[in-house]
Amino acid sequence: MRDSFSRSLQTTILFLLVGGILALALGGYLSPASSRVSGSLVSLQSWFSTRYVALQEFFNAPRDITSLRQRNAELEAEVSRLQTQVISLQARAADADTLAALVDFSTSNPESSYRAASVIGRDPSPFLHYVIIDVGSNDGIQRGMPVVTAQGLIGRVDAVIADAARVQLITDPASAINIRLQTSTVEAILTGSVTGDLSLDLIPQGASIEEGDIVVTSGLGGGYPADLIIGQIVNIRQRDADLFQQASVQPVVDFARLSIVLVITNFRPVNIEPLIPIPAP
Amino acid sequence: MRDLVAFPVLLLSVLLQSAVMSQVKLLAGYADLTLVVVIAWALQDGVRTAWHWALVASAMTAFLSGVPWMAVFAGNLLAVFLAQALQRRIWQAPFLAMFVVTFFSAILSQIFAYLALSLLSAPLPFRESFGLVILPSVLLSLLAGIPVYLIVRDIARWVYPSEEVE
Repeated sequence: MRDSFSRSLQTTILFLLVGGILALALGGYLSPASSRVSGSLVSLQSWFSTRYVALQEFFNAPRDITSLRQRNAELEAEVSRLQTQVISLQARAADADTLAALVDFSTSNPESSYRAASVIGRDPSPFLHYVIIDVGSNDGIQRGMPVVTAQGLIGRVDAVIADAARVQLITDPASAINIRLQTSTVEAILTGSVTGDLSLDLIPQGASIEEGDIVVTSGLGGGYPADLIIGQIVNIRQRDADLFQQASVQPVVDFARLSIVLVITNFRPVNIEPLIPIPAP
Repeated sequence: MRDLVAFPVLLLSVLLQSAVMSQVKLLAGYADLTLVVVIAWALQDGVRTAWHWALVASAMTAFLSGVPWMAVFAGNLLAVFLAQALQRRIWQAPFLAMFVVTFFSAILSQIFAYLALSLLSAPLPFRESFGLVILPSVLLSLLAGIPVYLIVRDIARWVYPSEEVE
């Protein structure tokens, strides 16, 4: 009986103690003590956590570096692949632009029929200004056919094999073309040079020419069709002591960047050599 | 059998010459890669097919180029002659031999081309041709000589493995 009374008393005191503590805590009277205790616990927890993370990184780091390197290699390979793809697409876009310009040119010049060709090489000798194109006699290409781009004339076919042809550019030192000025009746001879510069010769002294005049083929001589644009006059040399005027021509075509060209396939050059009188000995 | 490596090597050099080297210009000149390959081959010790390489290279170049074939053959054959004549004298300094032979061979082969074109095609101004084409071409050929010599030396060691090829 006495034991049960004592146990009830202890329980009652315990409840009162807990209730008192709760009441003090709810009343805010334990805040300083609880904050001190919780602060210590948090510091202890942080200490353990920091050490654990450090140990975990120490043991896991090599595996992470390996996986990061592998991932890095994969990403670099992906970047390389995408860069290759970008370059390929840029080249295709440039080709598409060039082809579109060539289509425009052929549409605006329907009197001729054309065969498109890619430039695949140049002459091994620096003295000659020739390019190699990837169409030949199998495609109907013949010696003497003029070759143009959307901008204008670039030359004519000099030699042909089955699947390729060699084109003599108008900048070649052996090239000589009969030309006229677009806005007048002045005619002259356009010649190339070893440096690739174009010059006009045999311009009559009395002829009126100006810088900026457009130079086109005259069609004389039968080597080229008439009215193909070549370039414009940029410099005139006129001296009273000379028989003829001379001029430099800036070509409309960038010969360093030839990629796709058109061969005019329905033009047959005329060989007028038998008609040229041979001077008597 | 390994001597047949001349065909792919020279074909590759001619294609590179036409497609790549002809775009790498200094003034109006560019390196003659095929000639440099022939010279490098002729300068290797123990090589017995230098004349064959010169003939094959000349045939390939003459087929592609508009330069008269006599000038192409003369340039390459003269280069082999110079290389073999000089190799016996300065064999201990292969790069020096490479430079000397390349210098004279490049000049002479370009002059052959100049003369052939002037006689058979259109007259070319000499001063302009020499200053803007020949000399820059020689300089670029000399620059191309170093890597080409190293590559050709490895090819020569592969073709003649039992002999000491410098």
